[in-house]
Amino acid sequence: MSYLANLGKIFVASAFINNIVLLQFLGLCSYIGLTDNMHASIGMGYAVTFVTVLAAAVTWIIDRWILIPFHLQPFLQIVSFILVIGSLVGLVEIYIRKMSPHLYKAMGIYLPLIATNCLILGVTFINSLQGFDFVESIVEAVGAAIGYFIAMLILAGIRERLRNSELPDFFKGKAIAYMVSGIVALAFMGFQGMIK
Amino acid sequence: MKKYWKIVWNGITPANPILILAIGLCSVVAVTNSVQNALLMTFVFSFVLIFSEIIISLLRKVIPGDIRVPIFVVVIATFTTIATLLSRAYFNSIYEAIKLYIFLVVVNCIIIGRAEAFSYQNSIVDSIFDGIGMSIGYGWVIIAVAAVREVFGNGTIAGFRVFPASYSPALVMILPPAGFLILGVLVGWLEFTLRKRKVKK
Repeated sequence: MSYLANLGKIFVASAFINNIVLLQFLGLCSYIGLTDNMHASIGMGYAVTFVTVLAAAVTWIIDRWILIPFHLQPFLQIVSFILVIGSLVGLVEIYIRKMSPHLYKAMGIYLPLIATNCLILGVTFINSLQGFDFVESIVEAVGAAIGYFIAMLILAGIRERLRNSELPDFFKGKAIAYMVSGIVALAFMGFQGMIK
Repeated sequence: MKKYWKIVWNGITPANPILILAIGLCSVVAVTNSVQNALLMTFVFSFVLIFSEIIISLLRKVIPGDIRVPIFVVVIATFTTIATLLSRAYFNSIYEAIKLYIFLVVVNCIIIGRAEAFSYQNSIVDSIFDGIGMSIGYGWVIIAVAAVREVFGNGTIAGFRVFPASYSPALVMILPPAGFLILGVLVGWLEFTLRKRKVKK
């Protein structure tokens, strides 16, 4: 198979078939916590997309050029990845606040939240476990972030409607959000078999 | 003694990290498709939580307030690495199935949250009891969810057959969506009983 077709396959697999939120359960805290509010979901979606791609690029370089050649991967991978992502998020926040106040308003308040988001670290570990090369890692990260964005938008839309519907009192809020995402996850399982 | 029991009990229900606070959910839904996975996850989680609470409460007078979160993260990441290597050595087959989620214990919001909210302000002994309580609170929820899913989805509990072999399993229970469904039912049920108790009082 040609290289490009392979990239397309990775993208579709990470965005739909193994949707990072609904079928791999990464980033659930923000998924349940923020989808109360459509605006917050969109802002968080942008911020996550941006940081995931950046983090995938930086951690790939560290993993391949520092950790593997010096045989440090089993001991230092977790520590170095989390520190790199944490400081990267801090730097990006400072840079955006200085350079573009408008952009900062749109996604700046979500940046501190994502420093410890499981999704971003999860994507970097998936890249490392699968042994992807640089371009493949970026494509995987973009796919995962788009999958997250789609899942956020779907759940936020449904929860907006749920607010006006009559539910048993004790199911309101989180409980029904879990059940709805279970059903959405069932729907996403229909994508399996889309590529061979 | 009563004070310690209160700290432990606080983790089991009133401030249960998963059901009430709804944090640290990733691993809950992901590893509960069999009881063995849930047991290993509970072991890793308790190990990391209790030891990092001990270290952080030992160092609480030394850690400067401004950079406390990065220091917490380094402590937690160190213990996660130890737990990863331990489970790789002794429980290799289960480790291979859920290794991504074992790595991700490092960003589990429960652990960072307890370090910040409890052990940064309390003594070592209190922190140990808080760690034990939170681990039990985490463990009972994921083992309960895993037991329900494994019984209906596979007819077994931790590998032992409970339903006769003629039972045709409900496959959806061990597939990902059922994790969400069962967690939703559990949260709703807990809310229901808590309200009932409040009305009685």
